[in-house]
Amino acid sequence: MSSAPARVRRSVRTTWGVIGGVVLVAASVAASLAFGSRVVSLPEIAEGLRAFGTGGTAGDIGAIAVAERIPRTVLSVIAGAALALSGGVMQAITRNPIADPGILGVNTGAALFVVCGIAFLGITSVFSYLGLALAGGALAAIVVYLVGSVGAGGATPIKLALAGAAVTAALSSLVSAVLLPRAAAMNEFRFWQVGGTGGADWSSMAIIAPLLAVAAIVVFCLGSSMNSLALGDDVARGLGVHVGRTRALAAAAGVVLCAAVTAVAGPIAFVGLMVPHAVRLVVGPDQRAILPLSALGGAALLTIADTIGRVIGSPGEVEAGIITAFVGAPVLVALARRTRMRAL
Amino acid sequence: MSGAVAIRAGRSRRARRRRIGIVALFALLVVLAAGMLVLGQTSYPIGDVLRVIVGQDVPGASFTIGRLRLPRLAAGALAGLAFGVAGSTFQTLLRNPLASPDVIGITSGASVAAVLSLVVLHWSAGATTALALGVGIATAVAIYAAARGAESTGGRLILIGIGVGAMMNAVVQFLVQRAAEWDVSVAMRWLTGSLNGVRLEDLGLLAIATVVLVPIVAVLSRDLRALELGDASATALGVRVDRARVLLIVAAVALACFATATTGPIAFVAFLSGPIAKRIVGPGGSLTIPAALVGACLVLLADLIGQFGFDTAFPVGVITGIVGAPYLIFLLIRTSRLGGSS
Amino acid sequence: MTGSHLLEARSLTSGYSGRTVVDGVDLALPAGRISVIVGANACGKSTLLKTLSRLISASDGSVVLDGKAITQIPTKRLALTLGLLPQQPIAPEGIAVADLVGRGRHPHQKLFRSWTADDDAAVADALDQAGVADLADRTIDELSGGQRQRVWIAMALAQGTDMLLLDEPTTFLDLAHQIDVLDLLTDLNRSRGTTIAMVLHDINLAARYADHLFAMRDGRILASGAPQQIVTPTLIDDVFGLDAEVISDPVSHTPLVVPRGRHHVTGGQFA
Repeated sequence: MSSAPARVRRSVRTTWGVIGGVVLVAASVAASLAFGSRVVSLPEIAEGLRAFGTGGTAGDIGAIAVAERIPRTVLSVIAGAALALSGGVMQAITRNPIADPGILGVNTGAALFVVCGIAFLGITSVFSYLGLALAGGALAAIVVYLVGSVGAGGATPIKLALAGAAVTAALSSLVSAVLLPRAAAMNEFRFWQVGGTGGADWSSMAIIAPLLAVAAIVVFCLGSSMNSLALGDDVARGLGVHVGRTRALAAAAGVVLCAAVTAVAGPIAFVGLMVPHAVRLVVGPDQRAILPLSALGGAALLTIADTIGRVIGSPGEVEAGIITAFVGAPVLVALARRTRMRAL
Repeated sequence: MSGAVAIRAGRSRRARRRRIGIVALFALLVVLAAGMLVLGQTSYPIGDVLRVIVGQDVPGASFTIGRLRLPRLAAGALAGLAFGVAGSTFQTLLRNPLASPDVIGITSGASVAAVLSLVVLHWSAGATTALALGVGIATAVAIYAAARGAESTGGRLILIGIGVGAMMNAVVQFLVQRAAEWDVSVAMRWLTGSLNGVRLEDLGLLAIATVVLVPIVAVLSRDLRALELGDASATALGVRVDRARVLLIVAAVALACFATATTGPIAFVAFLSGPIAKRIVGPGGSLTIPAALVGACLVLLADLIGQFGFDTAFPVGVITGIVGAPYLIFLLIRTSRLGGSS
Repeated sequence: MTGSHLLEARSLTSGYSGRTVVDGVDLALPAGRISVIVGANACGKSTLLKTLSRLISASDGSVVLDGKAITQIPTKRLALTLGLLPQQPIAPEGIAVADLVGRGRHPHQKLFRSWTADDDAAVADALDQAGVADLADRTIDELSGGQRQRVWIAMALAQGTDMLLLDEPTTFLDLAHQIDVLDLLTDLNRSRGTTIAMVLHDINLAARYADHLFAMRDGRILASGAPQQIVTPTLIDDVFGLDAEVISDPVSHTPLVVPRGRHHVTGGQFA
């Protein structure tokens, strides 16, 4: 009986959270369109959007700038949401507060497959490029997860982090081995190595959008099962949850979310780590609230990071991936300090 | 006192195995060193090699051996020694074979500084080394400071190190991306660890560091063996845990940073030396000297393979990376299965 | 081997990161006797033992050995008098039993003095006393829980101290091994006069094996004395919050605590 008011309080907070999240995303989108190497005014935004919508060309420079920013803003929103969702899912199914898909080696796995594709198979099409990155990233995450979960205790945070770091180091060496004799490829590759939304183009986004949508739907459907997973495998089974199936589906969705984004935007770390934690502080441990709010939060975060990068890097840019790494590492440090060792 | 006799017998047996292992490693090192000096585009007979070392002037050989191969050998051996000791010390201190300085981001700061110096500041090799050293040590100190204060520093150190390593990696990628095209291969080559182009003059600092720090670690190895039993047991045995740990970590970090600053981060040498040494000399004794020898052998062997094994010459770091990877995975799985943790 | 040493706590206060766990404790460990510290979970008994053995520093008050504060005694010299078996000791993988026990000789080793015949004798002696002499060349990983605990005790014995502190030495063992270990410790105490102090979570084993009992609650000593004298239903209720009868153990004639729950209570007092 006494839990009812608490529950009501939480769902009120969730509702406010959703509203706040939507507002935050809208604001960050506006900021992303407005700011950059050139600050743009409201009428210019409107003009740019109109030109974009009608497919025509905009009149003045400001509106052109806006029109150019639209694809990357859209990508930032989608990618940020996907990455945050991916992180939230990984943390839920591994019961591990520091599970970030980047730590799981998705980035390096994607890089290795892409580089091998370019070097040995002469791949040039964007579609194959994406496919390779997706496959490589997924495979790396699976290997890291398997390696990290062998032995007592399953995939504890430290074992998983070490497995990720070790596998990443190993894959990096392989990447170097492939690239060093091929100067041209090495030159190309270094631009992909830094994650950012600058290279956003509609065709790639169109390819990954359905993947992301399906994965996201799977994740949301698994929300309450994941709540049960948090109590431990045995308890979850007792509550009627198909533990293996839930975990496999959720993991697949999480990996797809991250690998697809990495394929298009390159490696962007720590979004999946930071956002779910922040959201959890506000709405508590219910995955059905955490996941959607994380998506909103991630969208806002990456968009803002991208905007900041364009502002401080003007006339060029500092890629969003760098910004998130710089903000994320201290957050990881703070998390590691706060969490009791036994929990880790 | 037949009990004591039996104990001594068992101990002698294990000590003998250790001695044989160390002698074998040393012999291997000598053979590899000879290989480094003899083999090449022109292979010189061992007699000429010895004459050059002694100081005589042998036409052709003096330059090739004296100015090219000898520095390469010295750099490889010293870096291998340093990485080996640094890695095994860290692994023992943190009670985790996976917690090697190259895996947990301790030396990532040195990489950032070196890349910065190579592609942005265009400083000389000596200045690059100095900068990499300073920043490397500062980064390690920062990581250690951030991890302090918990009952068990080990796990936190690992996590924070990985986080900082990721951050540093982002910076490195950023710098490489901004670099002029002709600087990129130099940077990438350095980042994988390479013995190319090292001159004897550049090795002074590393040589001093190795000669000073490795014996220090060896002396402290008794305390290290007590620390292996856990902080509580070590304190009970009369070890000043905090002091011993700080000294050992500083020594290990310094060795790793000195080596990284000179040759770049040679993947996995720090990580592999300890476990391989343990398999050769057996558990229970000090790993410092064996790991040092294994490290040196690994680097020299990998460099020989890199130089002569394929059509293209690969830097030593690529070879150690590729060879190290499967062994690392194997070790990860084996460690987890046996329940090892920090 | 029996020098008589006195370890005392005077107004001892200690804890973790600002939290006070042990609150103003005064005690003296009777020399040459077996003392046991008991109490409910989180009453501070482990913390007290850790503070006594200088694993944790006191925030107030002091621990005094033979009249001298232990903070004044160099830790290596302290290790010659005071041995400790902590709660979850870590064994390096693949180490031989004889080598692990040999690590206990650490406080006896000087900088440039390598292993001597005395050390071998001490190790052999310790292995004998702990009953694990035949396991000397086996690796620690092969041993059972009970055997492993004996090996740890052997390592503490090899240290050659007059006082031995043990933090929950029986917690993860099954009953047979628990009795085994406690009997071994009693042998030690009777034959060498080693002062033993340990934390036990089982009040009945504590009452049987202790010469002197310290009962703690909320960081303070509620009662101390011989089990016969202090173990009463009132004490059990105060310390553990348990409604119980106390009878005489038919085997050892020490106090035996018989809990009274809400079910299966059919009779009253039995003499």
